[in-house]
Amino acid sequence: MNYELRKPGIGIERPLSPHLQTYRWTLTMAMSIFHRATGVALYFGTLLMVWWLIAVASEPANYATLQAFLGTWFGKLVVFGYTWALMHHLMSGIRHLVWDLGYGFGPKEREWLTAAALIGGIVATLLLWAVAYAAGGGR
Amino acid sequence: MSTPAKGGSMRTPLARVRNLGAAHSGTSDFWRQRVSAVAMILLLIPAIVIIMIMLGRNQAGAAQILGSPLIAIIVLLFIVASVWHMKIGMQVVIEDYVHGEKLKLAAIMANNFFCASVALASIYAILKLSSGV
Repeated sequence: MNYELRKPGIGIERPLSPHLQTYRWTLTMAMSIFHRATGVALYFGTLLMVWWLIAVASEPANYATLQAFLGTWFGKLVVFGYTWALMHHLMSGIRHLVWDLGYGFGPKEREWLTAAALIGGIVATLLLWAVAYAAGGGR
Repeated sequence: MSTPAKGGSMRTPLARVRNLGAAHSGTSDFWRQRVSAVAMILLLIPAIVIIMIMLGRNQAGAAQILGSPLIAIIVLLFIVASVWHMKIGMQVVIEDYVHGEKLKLAAIMANNFFCASVALASIYAILKLSSGV
């Protein structure tokens, strides 16, 4: 009954599993934490989406302020980072859906799938920005 | 099946499953995380097209585009799917890393408040643009 009050690792006599630090880093491990990190970044990045939508729905001056911010190098860096986080999380997420369906667990397949998600996210980001600049929106 | 653990209940595994486990919601969050993920994959191409045509326009032009019915509905769908997805995702992160029971409850509540605010602020903006006020 009182196990809810017990702090993790305190009062437990059983041997604990090896700590994360003892493992050699692998691509799949790195991509696992990257998936989570990009997810958390996108979570707070939605504030940018809210700002954008509210700005469109309010006065022209507010929208001009947003556009001025997005036009600075810092603003562009934030949106570029947001684009990459979204594309990475997307590709990595598709990889998880493939695994959910029971495919791609072989030693070669999982490495291939993980590398493809990593490269795919970068390529998609660069492609989107190239299209955006070609469309004349890059300013 | 196995004998109950010391201090454990006498309930059978089936009874425990019927109560949907410790979270009382079973695997519903797992499933909804996948539903919202697939929804966003389907909405991805329209969403990219909308953002591309919005680029470089002033407020009046952007408002006209976001206020048109088809685009408004696509953006609303994307908002609902993404906020749902991120609410579940952040809750998993909190449950993994926040061990103090009170702090965990506070963090989960804050997550709900944040996600509800993001969703309603975004939906409000779209509906305001669609109704042209």
